[in-house]
Amino acid sequence: MDEGYTTTDGRKIGGVVMEMKNITLRFGGVVAIKDISFDIREGEIRAIIGPNGAGKSSMLNVMSGFYVPQEGEVWFHGKPRPQMKPYQVAQQGIARTFQNIALFEGMSVLDNVMTGRLTQMKSGLFAQAIWKGKAEAEETENREFAEKIIDFLEIQAIRKTPVARLPYGLKKRVELARALAAEPKLLLLDEPMAGMNVEEKEDMSRFILDVNDEFGTTIALIEHDMGVVMDLSDRVVVMDYGQKIGDGTPDDIRNNQAVIDAYLGVSHD
Amino acid sequence: MFYREAGDFSTTYPEDSQTFPIKFDRYRYYVVLAFAFLVVPFIINDYWANAILLPFLIYAIAAIGLNILTGYCGQVSLGTGGFMAVGAYSCYKFMTAFPDLSMFINVLLAGVVTAAVGVLFGLPSLRIKGFYLAVATLAAQFFLVWLFNRVPWFYNYSASGQINAPERTVLGVAVTGPNTSAWAAYLFCLVFCVASAIVARNLTRGSIGRKWMAIRDMDIAAEIIGVNPMKAKLTAFAISSFFVGISGALFFALYLGAVEVGEAFSIQKSFLILFMVIIGGLGSIFGSFAGAAFLVVLPVAMKIVGADMLGMPTDIVAHLQLVVVGALIIVFLILEPHGIAQLWRLAKEKLRLWPFPH
Ligand SMILES: Nc1ncnc2c1ncn2[C@@H]1O[C@H](COP(=O)(O)OP(=O)(O)O)[C@@H](O)[C@H]1O
Ligand SMILES: [Mg+2]
Repeated sequence: MDEGYTTTDGRKIGGVVMEMKNITLRFGGVVAIKDISFDIREGEIRAIIGPNGAGKSSMLNVMSGFYVPQEGEVWFHGKPRPQMKPYQVAQQGIARTFQNIALFEGMSVLDNVMTGRLTQMKSGLFAQAIWKGKAEAEETENREFAEKIIDFLEIQAIRKTPVARLPYGLKKRVELARALAAEPKLLLLDEPMAGMNVEEKEDMSRFILDVNDEFGTTIALIEHDMGVVMDLSDRVVVMDYGQKIGDGTPDDIRNNQAVIDAYLGVSHD
Repeated sequence: MFYREAGDFSTTYPEDSQTFPIKFDRYRYYVVLAFAFLVVPFIINDYWANAILLPFLIYAIAAIGLNILTGYCGQVSLGTGGFMAVGAYSCYKFMTAFPDLSMFINVLLAGVVTAAVGVLFGLPSLRIKGFYLAVATLAAQFFLVWLFNRVPWFYNYSASGQINAPERTVLGVAVTGPNTSAWAAYLFCLVFCVASAIVARNLTRGSIGRKWMAIRDMDIAAEIIGVNPMKAKLTAFAISSFFVGISGALFFALYLGAVEVGEAFSIQKSFLILFMVIIGGLGSIFGSFAGAAFLVVLPVAMKIVGADMLGMPTDIVAHLQLVVVGALIIVFLILEPHGIAQLWRLAKEKLRLWPFPH
């Protein structure tokens, strides 16, 4: 197997982290994903684009173990991943955000971010009950990490605010914070910029680039907005009606006739 | 003016995550504890113990238990009375089977047995939610009461079908049985109540508490961040039932002394504890105390005002109680689902800003 490539901006991309092999996913009669294969490499920002209903979210749900495909395999770190529950996938180092925000509305921003640390917290029930020894040390340690993420995403001022009170754009950011708190090896983002204004989109793009740059996190993201994707990503998968119609660098995609017909033509109205 | 957090900074994370980060709250907590342990035992009498203090402490433990399950983990339960009965009957079995065992151990073991039973009846929660789970726990309630009525082994084949608490001592002082003094029973319950509150608070502010709240707020997202929903729910049932079992053991052995299961631990008990949690505040340990205090004091206060002072017939007063509690439940459910605890928080927020509200 080859060992990656160097991006146009000089970043080293490593070996394959996750590989989707001939994935087919059906909902009753609806074929959401039809025989799609692609890979994601270490350190890469990989985008999945396509019109509404193309099957992008479904693909992300397969990657995060939320949907089980009828055909095909998900390979993770060079091995086929056995069928597992979503929480087990999370424990393997895959974190994600949702297209429709899925935060814990009854908890504060800080507690939401701290839930991202749950996979790292191992102290037993008894230690927690008396709040001594490992439980207390672990809480402080993980709080420090959560605060690092909170600083990184510039949400210090709202850390004690109940999430239900936050505006949409900030909620998206808190959801990213919660995913980052898990120190994921692979981060899956479902339309992280949907519904944001231009300024919020710029902030979010900057955060995504910074995450990739500072933590070296491999990122797969779904986006609707072509402009954003082209700036952000190293390689792009294009989906349409459940099929893969393009796969390559942003430049390849721009010049791909099938993609232009199916997608670019529509959005460049 | 005097309630201030200005100048009261947390400089470390442990300081910030302690139970009472504001100094004033911390001191008030110490004062209340000192009063409860050092003053009340000397001034307590039988009336205060039986009318107010014992039921308050014992119900507070049950409310803490139910609050963990319902308020923190979002799993509705109407089986609290049945689980209290499990605590009571297992405590009775331990007391009679091992007469030399310390009463502390008896009560703790009753909690452990109830925790196991709670896990068993919590299994349906892995499949069903909300209304359907409530019905399943209701079935547990009726089944458990039926079981303790029907199987004579549980009441040691006594002719009356009742269970009676024999005398048991702690450090040579009787805490159960007819020779118990009010202060001893009070102190015994107080120790369990304070310990339960501290343990519950520690669990709910740490990682297990966050797992519960994550399940409550959005179980799908909880699973995606790595929470095993089965484990989280069943631990909630276990811990919750542990407290409820302790409460049932104390209710039987220290408060009533003799129990007929259909009377002491009927469905009404389940609702009473649920109302305490709703009125006090879902998802708040303080709320469990507030709700228990409110529903223990309310009937006593209404009796004093209605029957003793205004001379109303006692049955009318009893009916009025039902009306008032019913109305309050509706008001709280509609207007303030987070109960007295939230009203208290809002009042503090106002007080903190007073006299400059902006
Ligand atoms: N849970 C589901 N049940 C049934 N059909 C679904 C489900 N999820 C997605 N689909 C269908 O699969 C197709 C792809 O949807 P989705 O993956 O959400 O597309 P995208 O994210 O690209 O907009 C759509 O036709 C949608 O209706
Ligand atoms: Mg989608």
